[in-house]
Amino acid sequence: MSDLTNMIKKEIRELLTLQTIIPMLVMALIFVGMGGVTGGINEEATKNPLIGIINEDDGSLSGIATAVLNGRAEVVYNSTDRADVPAALEQVKEKDGVAVLVIPEGFSDSIYGNSTGKIQIYWIMKGAGIMDSVSTGVVDALIQAINHEIAKELIEQDISVNPEIALNPTIKNETTIFKGKEMEGLSPVAITGMLSSQSTIVPVVMMMIIITAGSIVISSMGMEKENKTLETLLTLPIKRSSIIAGKIVASAVVGLLMAVIYMLGFGYYMHSLTTGLEVNLADFGLALGIQDYVLVGLSVFVTLLAGLSLCMLLGAFAKDYKSAQTFILPITALTMIPMLIIMFKDFNTLPVVLQGLLFAIPFSHPMMAMRALLFDDYLLVLGGILYVTLFAAVTVAVVVHIFKTDRLLIGRISKKK
Amino acid sequence: MLAVEVKDLVKDYGSFRVLKGISFDVDEGVIFGLIGPNAAGKTTALRIISTLLQITSGSVKVFGHDVIKEAGQVRQLISYLPEDAGAYKDLTGKRYLEFIAAFFKDGNKTKKMVERGMKIADLGERINDKVDTYSKGMIRRLLVGRALMMQPRLAVLDEPTSGLDVVNAQEVRKIIQDAVKDGTTILLSSHNMFEVDFLCSHIALINEGKIVEEGSPHELKEKYNAANLEEVFAEVVK
Repeated sequence: MSDLTNMIKKEIRELLTLQTIIPMLVMALIFVGMGGVTGGINEEATKNPLIGIINEDDGSLSGIATAVLNGRAEVVYNSTDRADVPAALEQVKEKDGVAVLVIPEGFSDSIYGNSTGKIQIYWIMKGAGIMDSVSTGVVDALIQAINHEIAKELIEQDISVNPEIALNPTIKNETTIFKGKEMEGLSPVAITGMLSSQSTIVPVVMMMIIITAGSIVISSMGMEKENKTLETLLTLPIKRSSIIAGKIVASAVVGLLMAVIYMLGFGYYMHSLTTGLEVNLADFGLALGIQDYVLVGLSVFVTLLAGLSLCMLLGAFAKDYKSAQTFILPITALTMIPMLIIMFKDFNTLPVVLQGLLFAIPFSHPMMAMRALLFDDYLLVLGGILYVTLFAAVTVAVVVHIFKTDRLLIGRISKKK
Repeated sequence: MLAVEVKDLVKDYGSFRVLKGISFDVDEGVIFGLIGPNAAGKTTALRIISTLLQITSGSVKVFGHDVIKEAGQVRQLISYLPEDAGAYKDLTGKRYLEFIAAFFKDGNKTKKMVERGMKIADLGERINDKVDTYSKGMIRRLLVGRALMMQPRLAVLDEPTSGLDVVNAQEVRKIIQDAVKDGTTILLSSHNMFEVDFLCSHIALINEGKIVEEGSPHELKEKYNAANLEEVFAEVVK
């Protein structure tokens, strides 16, 4: 065996351990899941949307519009009276549909009279994730198709109208119904954009805090072992719980400081992307009160405590600084899973299995808290805080127990004879 | 009063029995040496006495306090110097001593404790440099200073002169003797039989997890008709 081969074999043996392989497998599974989600988006985008139609107009152009809708969408409710909107919404919602389209009386006359014909769309928004608003894009495509067909009709009939009207004969009036709130003048896409800070910035920042502070805690344990300072520390007249609390609090402070710096940069970046799209959430009754911010703060605090306790638990098994670095990988995976899920879907629109998974991962809760509180979903937030507090308490108890056993100093020893 | 009472101490690591029912007593105010070959169980015994490890069976008391049930009280009385211990590299030597002294919450005594630690370490101006810049010998001196600065009732020293050159080792031995004069009981382990002979008034020889011989260096040399402890050691573990 050559020197080089000998060296390579030794390095690979050191680097390729269970601690490095398992998180990599988890990450690979996350990407498989993301592939599935992307596939789901494509499937959703090509599926005919479920809609309701209320056509009050008896002109020929509304006939073209309804023909397009009937041809390219699955129409689950049909009516000719605007008073039926609530019933239509009920029916479409029940069948997991997307929208109710109302073509008002005088639609055709308006276009023939050189004005745009209005189409009132009542959107039934299910969630604020990227994937939740895909089906609205499909309905938007239907409106484009209606415009196209009406324009064709106007040209074929040689009807003299303003070219602008001929090219874009209809205009949308949108109202979105989301989590019991009716928001006039807003499309689901606009609302998703408005909530992007809750869907993107909060999860990313939470992920950064957990990974940064967690890495500090785990490394600190690895360093104590590598520098041979742990034994001395454990024989000093200081409670084990104080050692653990000291490490957790110090890491949390440094982690939060780093996260604030990171958040300033990332917030500026996101702001530059969303400038011009911003709508004041408070105008639509979507504002957080003081008690909501207290709950968000509480959620972040208990999650940080739970995360860092988990890191302490992993750090207790680190043999040295190098092995401590690999222990951060499972934490990274556990923060990325909820971050990606929350970006794509709302908690309420997820399948039950994924809801269970998301709820079980403590890092999900502060990522979901702000959005949930905007829509008064206190049960999810309070339940999350309670669960994460219990999780943190159990983890801290386990860590304190490990600090009192031999395992911290001598590692795991097989009991087999 | 007995400083340490070890009775029928058994310690298993998984299926491996490291200590097989050892018993020995350490009188207050003496230097007691626990000697033996590598993997005999010396460090395990010292770690148990220092409240670091659990016991499989038997009992260990330090000044009458059980090391398992009253670990907190024991930690107030002892100071442990592990064989290959280190110090926090980003702290200066002085800051490290201050950090440790702060756990003893003795008000004004804390300052005196640090001064005593600095005197024992005898690092001069280098005490204000980061530990990261110290040589192995300097770190060991700092750690000996740390272990003895609080004048513990019992100092457990695992290979106290490990890695030190002749001059430094000699100074550390002097420091240990001075500590006893100040009222500290010393329990040490060492592979250096000259050091053990020079320092200890009583020794216990441990081999394969059992105490195989005990007595003063003089008694043991006489018993084995040996010129020095090294010959006693070789004869006993043969």
